[in-house]
Amino acid sequence: MQRAVESRPGADQPAAAPTPRGQHLVGTALLLELYRRMLTVRRLEERLLELKKEGRTVGALHLCVGQEAVGIGVGAALRPTDTLGSTHRGHAHLIGKGTDLRALTAELWGKAAGVVGGRGGHQLMADPSIGLLGGSGVVGSNVPVMVGQALAMKMRGEDRVAVALFGDGAANIGEVHEAINLASVWRLPVIFVCENNQWGLTVPFRQQCAVADVAERAKGYGVAGGVVDGNDVEAVYGAVTEGRRLAVEDGTPSLLEMKTYRLHGFSTGDLGGYQPEDELELWRARDPLLLTRQRLAERQALDDDADQRCKEETARAVEDALEYAMSLPDPDPRPYVEGVLR
Amino acid sequence: MTAIDLAHEPAPSTSGERKLRMNEAIREALEQEMDRDERVFVMGEDVATYGGVFRCTAGLLERFGPERVRDTPISEGGIVGAGIGAALLGLRPVVEIMYMDFLPLAMDQLVNQWSMIPAIWDLPVPMVLRTQGGAGGSSTHHSKILEAWVTHIPELLVVAPSTPEDAKGLLISSIRDDRPVVFIEHRHIYERRGAVPEEPYETPIGKAFVRREGSDVTLISWSRMALQAEAAAEALAGSGIDAELIDLRSLVPLDMDTISRSLAKTGRAVIVHEACRRSGFGAEVAARIAEEAFDYLDYPIVRLGGLDRPVPFSPVFLPEVIPLAQTIVDAVRKLGA
Repeated sequence: MQRAVESRPGADQPAAAPTPRGQHLVGTALLLELYRRMLTVRRLEERLLELKKEGRTVGALHLCVGQEAVGIGVGAALRPTDTLGSTHRGHAHLIGKGTDLRALTAELWGKAAGVVGGRGGHQLMADPSIGLLGGSGVVGSNVPVMVGQALAMKMRGEDRVAVALFGDGAANIGEVHEAINLASVWRLPVIFVCENNQWGLTVPFRQQCAVADVAERAKGYGVAGGVVDGNDVEAVYGAVTEGRRLAVEDGTPSLLEMKTYRLHGFSTGDLGGYQPEDELELWRARDPLLLTRQRLAERQALDDDADQRCKEETARAVEDALEYAMSLPDPDPRPYVEGVLR
Repeated sequence: MTAIDLAHEPAPSTSGERKLRMNEAIREALEQEMDRDERVFVMGEDVATYGGVFRCTAGLLERFGPERVRDTPISEGGIVGAGIGAALLGLRPVVEIMYMDFLPLAMDQLVNQWSMIPAIWDLPVPMVLRTQGGAGGSSTHHSKILEAWVTHIPELLVVAPSTPEDAKGLLISSIRDDRPVVFIEHRHIYERRGAVPEEPYETPIGKAFVRREGSDVTLISWSRMALQAEAAAEALAGSGIDAELIDLRSLVPLDMDTISRSLAKTGRAVIVHEACRRSGFGAEVAARIAEEAFDYLDYPIVRLGGLDRPVPFSPVFLPEVIPLAQTIVDAVRKLGA
């Protein structure tokens, strides 16, 4: 596999990754749709943060502000029958894979109508009907499970792939190493997507990993791989599309490292203060929403009025989902309690 | 998900001539289930070409081919996780972890994935994890029984047979069950022979078996220690003590009905297991008896378990670190039965 982006950003330096003119990876109609999905995630999380401050949410929340292009781009490049394993920071992954917004918010409030009946919460959603299988609150823990899904797909000769999304922190987990090696030895249809947001809780990536790029490890595993500009939704989409092709046509797994940045704290319980202001400024200037909007403007597909309408429409959808979730009845705990083994 | 049928009696003992070793009974169960259901497949370290270091998968590669009988890298977490993922998409993997000492390397998968998925996502993960343990014959890194580690994990059924007949029937039940099953074998009884029916049969999970009826004391045990307890019961009979022996066979669910029924008769409970005594599964059995059958007790509950130290190498240590028949006999005599 060719490296998805030849000129890559450094470990903590964003880089311009220009799309060659006249050669769009993503058609304009789809790019507009991806922009709307990213806006939805951003709006949802901004509102969640406000509601959290008002004491109206349930439990801790991990926000992906600044990272939306990864989940939205990955999801768009997959088919509904492909499966996706998400992380604790998964709102963009969930929406990218097609999770219903109302079912998602209902789960965030632990309601019976939530994706998994209020049992999973924001970290542990799963919906086989859209190939979401599923979240993980223990970093890297579900990566071997995604490899097993790919094993089932291969044993049955299906035209499907499994995608394991994990962070830069999970890249140093032993089980992730075992999983990538196993997938490579058995040539399973998996795409390993490392969403490198540069921070493992409060410790920077460069203090946790001795090599500049997680993707360098692809060679050691004998899988395809490369560094991708994770703030460029088109680049993400293109890399995953190619990873999918390699997986199903050639049985070659890929390790794609999506460089991005966590613009907020680790969780809503995070006091912050450890991310350097100049670094934040640099990445705010490369906000994936900003980049996509510029690209749509270049294609004369989104003027200021249309952009405003997009924002209003997505905000309305988010508000509807939030109001819906908060107004729902709580689940009945009895069937769960009665299901216990003795 | 299928419910446990507590009404069923265990498969009757056969008077047939055919006897198998426990590893042969396990192999036969695997072969018959792979024959019956093409979703069933086997993976683990050295299970294919070599046929398993304890011969439990011998000949399966030749019979079913490399897609369904898979040698894996030495990656316990990866193997168990892969089994969970395959089961989540509808296959029925039987995963082997060669020694229970290696199970801690996969514990994240058991605790955070296998246990979580059926409960939190309400999706079946019909995998069987076969493993074995037992003190003696090797270093302390090949001697552990970590059954209490897995009985402590919600949602996992835990099975530990002591006879070839139960091993076959319980493995078939485990493979057919949609729920997660940890199937614990014992290395030192693989070669022990017993009558095993040839046709496939299910032995119900969650149902204990009264291996010997008696009226003076109830011995509660499983796996290899059930055989030691059986020897102890025979020795006690010689001195006029009539011991009843309950072979639990399943640790989760725990068959409290059979235990309570026996204690109503004997009033004395002696629990025997090989794993370390402290926080061992015997503590759970004792607590359940105290909660649910206290009125039947005439004497305090006795728990016999492994010494709370790593099993040392020399065979000389063995009678001191695990409760063999003589230890059981001595404990019962002290009860004043």
